[in-house]
Amino acid sequence: MIDIRNLCVELGRFALRDISLKVETGEYFIILGPTGSGKTVLLETIAGICPCRSGQIWLDGRNVTGLSPDTRQVGIVYQDNALFPHLSVRENIIFGLRMRRTRPRELKSKLEGVVQLLGLGPLLRCWPATLSGGEKQKVALARAIVTSPEILLLDEPLGALDPETRENVQQELRKLHTGLAITVLHVTHDFEEAMTMGKRLAVIGEGALKQVGTTEEVFRRPNSEFVARFVMTRNIFRGTVARKFDGATVFRTGSLELISETVVSDGGCHASIRPEDVLISVEPARNGGWNSLPSIVTGIVDKGSILNVTVSLPPDLVCMVTRHQAAEMGLRVGQPVWVAFSPSSVHLFKG
Amino acid sequence: MRKLIRWLGHHRLTLVFTLLGLVLFLFIIVPLAKMLLSSVSEPDIFLDTITDPQVTGAIWLTLYAALIATLAGFLLGIPLAYFLARHDFPGKKLIEGLIDVPIVVPHTAAGIALLFVFGRNFAVGKAFGALGIEFIDSTAGIVIAMLFVSIPFLVNSAKDGFKEVDVRLERVARTLGASPWQTFLRVSFPLAWRSILSGSIMMWARGISEFGAVIILVYHPMIAPVLVYERFEAFGLDYARPVAVLLIIVSVLVFIVLRTLAHRGERL
Repeated sequence: MIDIRNLCVELGRFALRDISLKVETGEYFIILGPTGSGKTVLLETIAGICPCRSGQIWLDGRNVTGLSPDTRQVGIVYQDNALFPHLSVRENIIFGLRMRRTRPRELKSKLEGVVQLLGLGPLLRCWPATLSGGEKQKVALARAIVTSPEILLLDEPLGALDPETRENVQQELRKLHTGLAITVLHVTHDFEEAMTMGKRLAVIGEGALKQVGTTEEVFRRPNSEFVARFVMTRNIFRGTVARKFDGATVFRTGSLELISETVVSDGGCHASIRPEDVLISVEPARNGGWNSLPSIVTGIVDKGSILNVTVSLPPDLVCMVTRHQAAEMGLRVGQPVWVAFSPSSVHLFKG
Repeated sequence: MRKLIRWLGHHRLTLVFTLLGLVLFLFIIVPLAKMLLSSVSEPDIFLDTITDPQVTGAIWLTLYAALIATLAGFLLGIPLAYFLARHDFPGKKLIEGLIDVPIVVPHTAAGIALLFVFGRNFAVGKAFGALGIEFIDSTAGIVIAMLFVSIPFLVNSAKDGFKEVDVRLERVARTLGASPWQTFLRVSFPLAWRSILSGSIMMWARGISEFGAVIILVYHPMIAPVLVYERFEAFGLDYARPVAVLLIIVSVLVFIVLRTLAHRGERL
């Protein structure tokens, strides 16, 4: 288990502020944040590479705050894998075992175990420079897990890979996590990757944790504008609570009123609506229910399998439609359409 | 003809740069070649010179003292180079500037400065004297003079080498259980080795060519550059030239061998 208590780190002008986080033993946990938010610094502090100014780090019931990296039992894998270029694949993998003066027989059996697990047999005699991106990442993973660390820290491990290789390595990571029952902390800036890999995540920004929860919670119910934008909510409106009735809240932004199921205190707040929750049609919804609004198409962006359609209520609202749906409706800029979304899709938050 | 004009038009930059490079190359090679050829044209004096024990002794002493200076520089310079490559602190630029001072200072002045520290009448010189190490008119004096003037070449090259080693490789090594010493010896040093070797060769070569600082501290035993000067002063150009030629031949041969070995390592 990783237990971080009020951690503060200062690195020149950058600082991590008051980070508190618990990751259960065997959990696959995601740290999600934009570039420069402090994700890597957090990982390196857990690994003992960056010193912390205050706070504590507990790993599996052990206070490791003052311990050096070589005594923490933590493995780390960087985005560009950081393989030792002067050592062969085999020597890279067994580097940690050599440093720990592992006996030859045990070294051999551990090497064979990890080579079998990741299918690295044919690569053992190769040099890192001759490997593909996916192979390098697998070798880096093998090197990190061969010493049986309690915690595995992954710093954007899929960031530098092409889509196909990325999927392969994702599968390897899942296999490793299940097979070894190891606690994994996976850092990424890619929300889709976070949704695919983890069940719980923490969003980090400007050196502070912004939200911690299940991927579904963060995805559906962001607690701040920062998180909402980062998880690609797209439609974020600033307004006020106009009134409440029967457990629903009426949110007003400009002349537009939206009904939400979220309960918030009175006053100013934000509303967020995910583009995929918006239904678009050329006629009004049959039930004519709440949040069914006339609008005009103001923009269409082709994203391949789907289209991002911007409509003006006003304000502008981004919706997602499949290519097939768009063709059926004959969507074009300037066309009057109706948009509808359920009150449960309108999330209100104060941040 | 039209093709040639078109080719020249397309390759104007390459042509100008090649011509300028050729001028520089000739500037270096012509005096050396002329000296070499004029020596060969007088084989008797040349043969006498290469069999003269004073000449061969001076050349060996030069190579040997430069080697000892390089080893001492290696021992003292590598830790400093690593420290400068890995740490930022107030006054770092000043320290880096001071390390380059021996390149700027006239070498006779450097010799006098060393004399003020390692001379028999000064504290450090006295302390070493008590241990039986003298720097005036001794091999130790030649070594410290060569060390002083040539150490920047090694420190700067090694520093650049360490800077090129990705710091994350060292971080990964630490998480894999390597101590700071192990990380240095197993990761940083081998990866910076090419630059360290290159800097060592340059330091050694610079040591061999040293004259000014050495002659202030040590006239006897004579290193080859001092012997060239002495023969020129005492017997004239004809007797100084063969010694210089021999020194150049030996230095260039050793330099080529070392460079080739370093380059071969690069390809492995």
